[in-house]
Amino acid sequence: MKSFVAIAAVVAALAAVPALTHSNVVLNFLVVTLMIALAGQGWNILGGYGGQYSFGHAAFFGTGAYVTAILQVRYGVNAWVGFAASIAAGAVVGAIIGGLAFRAGLRSSYFALVTLAFAEVLRILASVTPITGAGVGILIKLDLRAQSFQFQSRAIFYLVILALVAVALVIARLLERSRFGAWLIAVRENEDAAMALGVDAFAVKLGAMVLSAAITAAAGCFYAQYFLFIDAAIGYGPWISIEALLTPIIGGVGTVFGALLGALVVKALGEGAKLITGDVPGLDLMIYGAVLVLVIRFAPRGLVGAVTDIYDYFRAAAQKPAAEAANG
Amino acid sequence: MVEPLLVVENISCRFGGLLAVNGASLSAPSARITALIGPNGAGKTTLFAVISGFLRPNVGRVRYCGEDVTGEPPHRLARRGMVRTFQIVQPFAGLTVRENILVGAHLRHRARDAALAMAEQVGCEVGLGELLDRPAHTLTVAGRKRLELARALATEPKLLLLDEVLAGLNPSEIRHIVPTVRSLATRGIAVVMIEHVMQAAMSLADRVFVLAEGRIIAEGSPAEVAADAAVVEAYLGHGAAAKMRGTNVH
Amino acid sequence: MPSPLILLSAVLNGLMTGAVYALVALGLTLIYGVLHIINFAHGALLSAALFAAFFAWQKLGLDPYIAAFVLAPVFFALGYALQRFIIGPASHGDDRNMLLVTLGLAVLIENALLYEFHADTRTVELAYGFRSIDLGFTFLAVSRVISFVAVFAVALVLWLIMSRTDTGKAIRAVAREKLGAELSGIDVAHIYAVTFGLGTACVAIAACLLIPNYYVNPSAGNAFVLIAFTIVVLGGMGSVPGALIGGLVIGVVESLGGFFFGESLGQVGIFLIFIAVLLVRPRGLFGANA
Repeated sequence: MKSFVAIAAVVAALAAVPALTHSNVVLNFLVVTLMIALAGQGWNILGGYGGQYSFGHAAFFGTGAYVTAILQVRYGVNAWVGFAASIAAGAVVGAIIGGLAFRAGLRSSYFALVTLAFAEVLRILASVTPITGAGVGILIKLDLRAQSFQFQSRAIFYLVILALVAVALVIARLLERSRFGAWLIAVRENEDAAMALGVDAFAVKLGAMVLSAAITAAAGCFYAQYFLFIDAAIGYGPWISIEALLTPIIGGVGTVFGALLGALVVKALGEGAKLITGDVPGLDLMIYGAVLVLVIRFAPRGLVGAVTDIYDYFRAAAQKPAAEAANG
Repeated sequence: MVEPLLVVENISCRFGGLLAVNGASLSAPSARITALIGPNGAGKTTLFAVISGFLRPNVGRVRYCGEDVTGEPPHRLARRGMVRTFQIVQPFAGLTVRENILVGAHLRHRARDAALAMAEQVGCEVGLGELLDRPAHTLTVAGRKRLELARALATEPKLLLLDEVLAGLNPSEIRHIVPTVRSLATRGIAVVMIEHVMQAAMSLADRVFVLAEGRIIAEGSPAEVAADAAVVEAYLGHGAAAKMRGTNVH
Repeated sequence: MPSPLILLSAVLNGLMTGAVYALVALGLTLIYGVLHIINFAHGALLSAALFAAFFAWQKLGLDPYIAAFVLAPVFFALGYALQRFIIGPASHGDDRNMLLVTLGLAVLIENALLYEFHADTRTVELAYGFRSIDLGFTFLAVSRVISFVAVFAVALVLWLIMSRTDTGKAIRAVAREKLGAELSGIDVAHIYAVTFGLGTACVAIAACLLIPNYYVNPSAGNAFVLIAFTIVVLGGMGSVPGALIGGLVIGVVESLGGFFFGESLGQVGIFLIFIAVLLVRPRGLFGANA
């Protein structure tokens, strides 16, 4: 109960932002940040709780974006139906990649490689096949009505993505308290020991992959609706694979708020750097790479882990004088 | 007569050029402790891996509750009630003791509250009551062995395969854990234990099987097996049995 | 059906490209065989080496084949330092952390190159760059023939290091049984760093061999590295002959594939082979069980 209250508090605080500012710059920054947080939370389900590090989450993000774009532009399907279809499509792609990879027993480096390869295959295919617009990409027609999942006001977009992130936070919390979650974490810690205790590791990993893919696909779909444009480099490019894994790693893998926290930090760093040195290509990713290396080197459990460690340290230090007084 | 809970028939298992287990057979009834002993490298853990579904044998069958379960994956065997522990203890290092046992408890209890209650109960039974909220990686070897046992017990097994549960424990720790192991059989669980700590194994076991170089070379009560010349030779080398009887071997 | 001579020409070209692929893969497989990690930074290091070779040519007037003798030790030192001071200490005993660190380095290096030098493509102009050997039915560029020979020379040198020197023996010991090697007094952290350095040196030499015929930009290395991964997985992780043979095979497959299906689909084909090998036989043709 306590942590659902925490989620509600955080979401409520974030929801108040549009009331406090009308700045499009701030709102745009937050919308993009929350979108990345959503994609990152998707990665977190599989990587943080499940311990399976995917280097190709772009495969789901891009699928989410392309499916809704193709359905709307080529088949005139309603944008919200497209949204549902995107999530389903992401889940299916996750089931396929996960099914193949886990059936083959791929772990660790090999799993990372195969997910990377799948994402690259999709990227190349999307850049050459006509249905995805080949090299040109797809433009969704501007139609600023709610039924088209487009909004005049940036604040509404913000509230929509915030709602999606809230759902993802709740999912993570429910996972932590469920049997599936306990099994998933057990598989992460030690797959063989988990199997010996009755955990069907394959089914659990696959389930996590499907959930993870669906959440990341939702983020991709949102991207398409917000920017009204998608192409292979954006949808299936390495940038999103990296940001989706970076945010939970920095924020704290396997925690409810890690991806959100990490997204705020990462995006703030990126914007800050741009302000100082100008919008030179490569700057933001360069910083992300450096941050990733530094975090793993010095704070592998991310911000949440570091904060917990500091808290524990002070608590232990506070207890020592009391214990010494009792003994002395 | 009803077939024993576990019947292992003529298992052979080959790794590349090495025949790790060669035509081994054993059986283990409910509510009894069966020991599997033998010198290092005899193939005991390999045999356990075959029985518990981690390895497929080249030849032979494993029968459990009267059914052929050869080659079934470990998680399905666990659901049937056959659970193993590992020689090199494998706690879920990042979790607390309670959370570790919880994973086992969840096999039979879907709801978290019920599973937590089970975990608490089993944890106390096994002597970890004080340590339930400690991170598993802070436990001593003895604590980790108890944790392995607790996790397995939480799954409410009918057959428990204990791989060297006494290894690495000092005599005092062994003295404390032996009654716990004995109580398992009293509860109706069939226990098969691989053991090197000879005295404890012989005092606990109702029946002993001796594995050497992949083959079962003796079986019987602890007293019978201890007196068996082939067994002595397997441990102490060729001619040792005769030497011990004082006969000239040349 | 194209004439057999044209096919032969495609095969020969594939072999020569494949040789350089093999050298890149060799560095990767060496690192995997000893450290048991996949060096995701390999491609970015190749890009960095390409830039280094380019500037050696542009600013110092060094011919790439001469530059190789300079860049190899420089990049060996770089690789040694990366493993010793960054990657190794970051692992905290978990392989997955090393995956992330090498990925982080890859992103950092590649984008640092992008930031500093921008995305424009540069090329090297050599006096003998267009000279070729006339085989009658096709022309073979001199520079590519030199690359082909050089790769085998490097492989030979590596083999000599591995089998004749104490360091090489220590490397093989650590690869086979780390704990035992440690107990025998081998400084494992140093050996890991040496191995990483050797792998990076291979990449530097490959860059110098490539540069007469290839382009230089921050993402050039990446194009290579996924192919290098495919080769390493196909040939078997940690297998040197596997990397060499796999490299030649993939070079030919790419050449023929590109010939019949066009470049993009040829690339997809390679990735599909990669995925198939990972799923069906992850230890590849010559590798040990993972």
